[in-house]
Amino acid sequence: MCREHEPGMTLIVKTITRLTVGLILLYGIYIFSHGHISPGGGFAGGVIVALSFVHLMLAYGKDVAFKRVPQAAISLFEGMGAMIFLAIALLGFAGGYFFLNFIAKGEPFRLFSAGIIPFCNIAISLKVGAGLFSIFIALVILKFESEQKK
Amino acid sequence: MVDLYVLLIFMIAGAIIAIEVKDLLSSVVAVGAVGLALSITFLVLKAPDLAITQLVVEILCLIILIRATIRKDLPFSTSGRWLLNSIITLAFIAVFLYVSIEALKDLPPFGYPIMRVAEVYLKEGLLKTGATNLVAAIILDYRAYDTLGEATVIFTGVLGVMTVMRRVGRKRQEETEKGD
Repeated sequence: MCREHEPGMTLIVKTITRLTVGLILLYGIYIFSHGHISPGGGFAGGVIVALSFVHLMLAYGKDVAFKRVPQAAISLFEGMGAMIFLAIALLGFAGGYFFLNFIAKGEPFRLFSAGIIPFCNIAISLKVGAGLFSIFIALVILKFESEQKK
Repeated sequence: MVDLYVLLIFMIAGAIIAIEVKDLLSSVVAVGAVGLALSITFLVLKAPDLAITQLVVEILCLIILIRATIRKDLPFSTSGRWLLNSIITLAFIAVFLYVSIEALKDLPPFGYPIMRVAEVYLKEGLLKTGATNLVAAIILDYRAYDTLGEATVIFTGVLGVMTVMRRVGRKRQEETEKGD
């Protein structure tokens, strides 16, 4: 925890982070893309995706993490998730009412089934992941910057 | 049922320790133990969706708590009027316990819910939505309005945090301090 002297943590933490952070990101993507088949869903998957970036930021410092995900991308994902979710809901009006499940249901236990539910999961996970990551940035990084100025 | 009671007692003990311990880091660790026990409780009660979400959110909250609050000197306002405060607390606990005991008499017994609405979901959910995870079917198809509201709540929360913590506000505050 020597964040004042050099960016990030020790070499051990950095090496393990390099090995595991991709797996955590993949697990998050698995959780939200299979949300309609197995336990999980958009919220949990989005939080796991956000946690993988938090992990990267804790181990390597904020410069490396911002190189991977610039702040403009975070706000873009945040807005895009909300817009996709609302657009899916509004597209239901084409067939009748708000949130109509207008895509074919498909076969149960397949990845491409359940109509709009997987797309809603993806939209919610984008939104939740970007939102919680930006809350983390706002609460942790900006605070330390203001403390270091003093 | 025994494991459920063990977990509940563990959670109550962890919450009391989190309040009483003087060290802030130990308190945060105790709060994390309570959250982990809550996640296992959801798993024992056969709600894996909730267990995953609770565990993941708990990890994120712990990271934010440790990184954001651990170096702070938080003032304790326990001095003075402790007798009045504890009397008010005990009175509130007594009233709350009485009202909840009266209300809990009318509930169905544990493990035997009435399920008038949920029965329809369980019977027709797979046919109507095609999703084998019925929780996803309910929150994104039958009750999608709720999920839209929840997404709005998160959006508003992020906006609020960003508005309070943004840099422009800090700079202006520093400038006014220097001007004074």
